[in-house]
Amino acid sequence: MIKRFLPILLSTLAFLLGWQLLTRYSGIPNFILPSPLSVWTRFIKAVQDGSLPYHTWITLTEIVLGLLTGVLFATIIGYILAKSRTLEKVLSPYLVASQAIPVVAIAPLLVIWLKDGILSKVVICALIVFFPVLVNTIVGVRAVPTALYDLMNSLHATRAQILWKVEVPASLPVFLGGLRIGATLSVIGAIVGELVDAEEGLGFLLQLGDFQYDTPMVFVAVFTLIALALILYGIVRLLENRFLKWQNK
Amino acid sequence: MGEAISCQLAGIASPGGAPPRNDTNKTMSHTPILTIRNLSTVFPDENGGLRALRDVTFDVHPREFICVLGPSGSGKTTLLRILAGLIKPTSGSFKFGHGEQPSTGMVFQQANLMPWRTVIENIKLPLEVKNINDAVARAKAREMIELVGLQGFEDSLPRDLSGGMAQRVAIARALIHDPDLLLLDEPFGSLDALTRERMWTELSRIWQARQKTVIMVTHSINESLFLADRVLVLTQRPGKIKMDVEVDLPRPRKDDIRYTPHFGKLARKLREAIE
Ligand SMILES: Nc1ncnc2c1ncn2[C@@H]1O[C@H](COP(=O)(O)OP(=O)(O)OP(=O)(O)O)[C@@H](O)[C@H]1O
Ligand SMILES: [Mg+2]
Repeated sequence: MIKRFLPILLSTLAFLLGWQLLTRYSGIPNFILPSPLSVWTRFIKAVQDGSLPYHTWITLTEIVLGLLTGVLFATIIGYILAKSRTLEKVLSPYLVASQAIPVVAIAPLLVIWLKDGILSKVVICALIVFFPVLVNTIVGVRAVPTALYDLMNSLHATRAQILWKVEVPASLPVFLGGLRIGATLSVIGAIVGELVDAEEGLGFLLQLGDFQYDTPMVFVAVFTLIALALILYGIVRLLENRFLKWQNK
Repeated sequence: MGEAISCQLAGIASPGGAPPRNDTNKTMSHTPILTIRNLSTVFPDENGGLRALRDVTFDVHPREFICVLGPSGSGKTTLLRILAGLIKPTSGSFKFGHGEQPSTGMVFQQANLMPWRTVIENIKLPLEVKNINDAVARAKAREMIELVGLQGFEDSLPRDLSGGMAQRVAIARALIHDPDLLLLDEPFGSLDALTRERMWTELSRIWQARQKTVIMVTHSINESLFLADRVLVLTQRPGKIKMDVEVDLPRPRKDDIRYTPHFGKLARKLREAIE
C-alpha cells in the first residue's frame, strides 16, 4: 500500500516544493501565480465560510445528474443501435454530426433555452457524457460472442435472460471503459455550462475569483474540480475492480 | 445377460425407472423421436452460396445413440445447429416426435464457457435459465462436478482451466438439466486418451440410466464404435449421408472390445467410407 503510493506522494511533494520556491524567488506576483501556501490558506478560508462546500455541492449535483442522464440515454440508445443495423444506418450520421458540434459552442444556446438554473448544466453535462458511453455500449454489445447466444438459445433462454446473463456481463468491460471517459468529461460539461452563465457552482466561483483578481480562489476551484474528476474516475475503477475480476491479469 | 450388467452399471437409474436396454436386439419399432427429411443448407457467399448439407435424411429413435462421422467441413456442426434450433435449414424439414423441441443439452465444439463465471456457475446455467432455486442448482452442479472429476475447481475461472477441463465443464453443463436430447459436437476432442475413455464410460452409463437420445459428432472411429447404436458417415462438403451403419456390438462395451473381429470389421467399413 505505502509502496504503491510512495512515488506519487514524493512527486507531489517535489512539485509543491518547486512551486513554492518558484513563487518565492521568481518575483511573479501573487495574483498571477499564487504560492501553494496562499492557495492553501484561501482553501481553508473558503471551507470555513461555507462557500466552497456550497458551490462544490451544486456542481457535484449537476455532474451526478448529468452523468446519470447521459449514461442512461447512451446505454439504452446504444443497446438499440447495437441490435439494429438499420436503425444504426439511419441514425449514425446524425449522431456523428452532433459530435462535430462542440458542446462549448452550443452551451450558450442551451443556457438561453433552458434558463440559467441547474437544468442547462445537467443537459450540457449529459450531452458531453453521451457520446463516449454510446459508442462503447455499441461496441461492447456487438462484441458479445455469438457462441454464447447459441448457448442461451439452445437452452431456450428468454430475451431478458440473454440480456442479463450474457449481454450485460460480456459488454461490461468495454462499457465501463466508456463510462470512465464519460465520468471525466462530465466534470468538464458542468463547468462549461457554469462558465456561460451561473450564480452558483465551482465554475461561478472560478469566474468570481477571476474577476476579483482572487487568483488563489481560482486555484482552489480548479483543484476542487480535479479532485471531483479523480473521485469519479476512482469510482469507475472500483466498479471495474469489482465486476471485472475475471478479466484481471 | 447383457441386461443385468447394464442395469448394475446404471447406478444413477431411478429405481424401477428405465427398463433395461436390450442393445443386441434392436427392434426400435416405436415411432421415431426425430424425423429428418431432405435437409439442405446453403450459406450465402460471394459465388452463389456455399452448400454445407445436401439432402440429409434419417430417423432417430427414442434413446438411440447416434454418432456422426465425416471429413472436416462436411456439415456436421451445421446439422447439430439445425437440430438445436439455432439455424434454419435452407430446405427440408425435421420434426420431433412430440411436435416441439425436446429439452436439449448441447456441447459445442469449443467449450464455450462464460469467462466471467466460475466453474460451478457455468455448470448451473441451464438450471438458472429454468429458474430453479439456487441452492438446489448448486447442489446439482456439485454432483456434476464430481461426475466429470473437477472437484476442487468449483470456484476457478475458465481462464485457469486447461482445454480438457473446460470441455468437461461444458459436458457437465450439457447434462445438468437432464435433457431428453443430447447434441454433442466433438465433446471429447481435447481430452487426453485416459480421460476420454473414462468419459466414454460415464456417457454410456448416463445414457443407459436415463432416457436420453444422443447425437454426437466425432472424428474418432473408435469412439463411435464404443458408444453408438448407429453411425452415420457424411460425405465431403456438401455433406450427404454416405453410410448408415448399425453398431451391433454387445453392451456394456469394455476396452478390449476393440480386439474382437466384429469391431475390426465395423472399423474397417467406416474407415473405407471416410476414405
Ligand atoms: N454461419 C456460417 N456461415 C457461412 N458458412 C458457414 C457457416 N457455418 C458453417 N459454414 C460452412 O459450412 C461448411 C460446413 O461447416 P461445419 O462447421 O458444419 O463443418 P463440420 O463438419 O462441423 O467441420 P469440422 O469437422 O471441421 O468441425 C464449412 O465449409 C463452413 O465453412
Ligand atoms: Mg464442426
